[in-house]
Amino acid sequence: MIAALIFVFSIATFLQFFIWHCRSILASSRRVELSDRVREVTGVQDGSFGAEDFSRLLQLVRLCPERGDDQGEIRAVGTYYSLLDVFGRLARPAIPRVAAWTERERVNCSYFAAVALDRRISYSRDLFTQQIADRL
Amino acid sequence: MQLGPLDYFVWSVGFLLEAYVVVCLAVHRDTFRYFSLNLYMLAAALVTLGHYLTFHTYGYSSMQYRYFYYYSESLLIVLIYFTVMELYQHVFREMKVSRYIRGTAALLLIATAFFSYAVVRQNKDHLTSRFVVELGQNLYFVGVVLTYLLWGAVLKLRETRTRLIQLILALGVYFSATAGTYALRNLFPGLQESFLRWVPPLIGTWLPLAWAYTFSKVPEDARLATARLLARAR
Repeated sequence: MIAALIFVFSIATFLQFFIWHCRSILASSRRVELSDRVREVTGVQDGSFGAEDFSRLLQLVRLCPERGDDQGEIRAVGTYYSLLDVFGRLARPAIPRVAAWTERERVNCSYFAAVALDRRISYSRDLFTQQIADRL
Repeated sequence: MQLGPLDYFVWSVGFLLEAYVVVCLAVHRDTFRYFSLNLYMLAAALVTLGHYLTFHTYGYSSMQYRYFYYYSESLLIVLIYFTVMELYQHVFREMKVSRYIRGTAALLLIATAFFSYAVVRQNKDHLTSRFVVELGQNLYFVGVVLTYLLWGAVLKLRETRTRLIQLILALGVYFSATAGTYALRNLFPGLQESFLRWVPPLIGTWLPLAWAYTFSKVPEDARLATARLLARAR
């Protein structure tokens, strides 16, 4: 009986802590202003990404050279996005408010992916500039 | 039992991440600022190494490996408990209540150990190993409750230090996942050889991974409004 109670309580707190942790990662990216380069590459001029843009943005991120320090957060947010996706699909017919919340969270995930893309583009440009400088 | 490449991979990743956190704290001169956390990560790295050596010397099914596993686990739980208290001290730093926090922590630790012993005393067969599992489950659960209360204090006091917030949330994920796994092991012992064989090592890599991210990517002076994390469905 005690083990069952501990199990239920632990699963509930696990989900809450995981969501808050992912949101704390996302929150730091919301304050970052996107550069014109990334707007141009993605074709979204006003910087307002949709929930469905996440996968496309992630593909673009993977095309850029790895920075080596952003893999962990991209993976964590990717997992969070997948969970939201499943959760949103389940909630849509029954609880529209929750479905709307998951949609907003997925938009935040897309913005995070755009910020990651922006950083990687800057990184590749720096690499390129460095290579040119080395040749000269 | 033979280990596959994935077992070795998870083992190595866990060890490297734990060592990385210790090195990262030393490089940023934060070793003493997060002393208990540093001690826990150092002990976790040594225990991971010890698991590997004991496994190779005595084998998975040996009593030596089993005892080493459970007793080192108990030691780590006590150390992570001190880490939680250290985070409490960081959150309540300005209120100068360190003495009370230390006292309460010691009392809770003794009370949980005594409760676990009392529960297992009723089942006298395999007293020692059962005690360790029972103690693990109860201490991790107390850890979940303490982290939840700490998170409540963070919200109430409008704590904005991003690093502290992320350290606490990562700890909450770890505690609740581990307590849930222990409880599941108690409920369905048959799962131990299949599903539950994979879960603890994976959860074990979460904490050093999340903390390594926090210490290497989030500066000490970074700030975050906790209200942003709590926005609910409207």
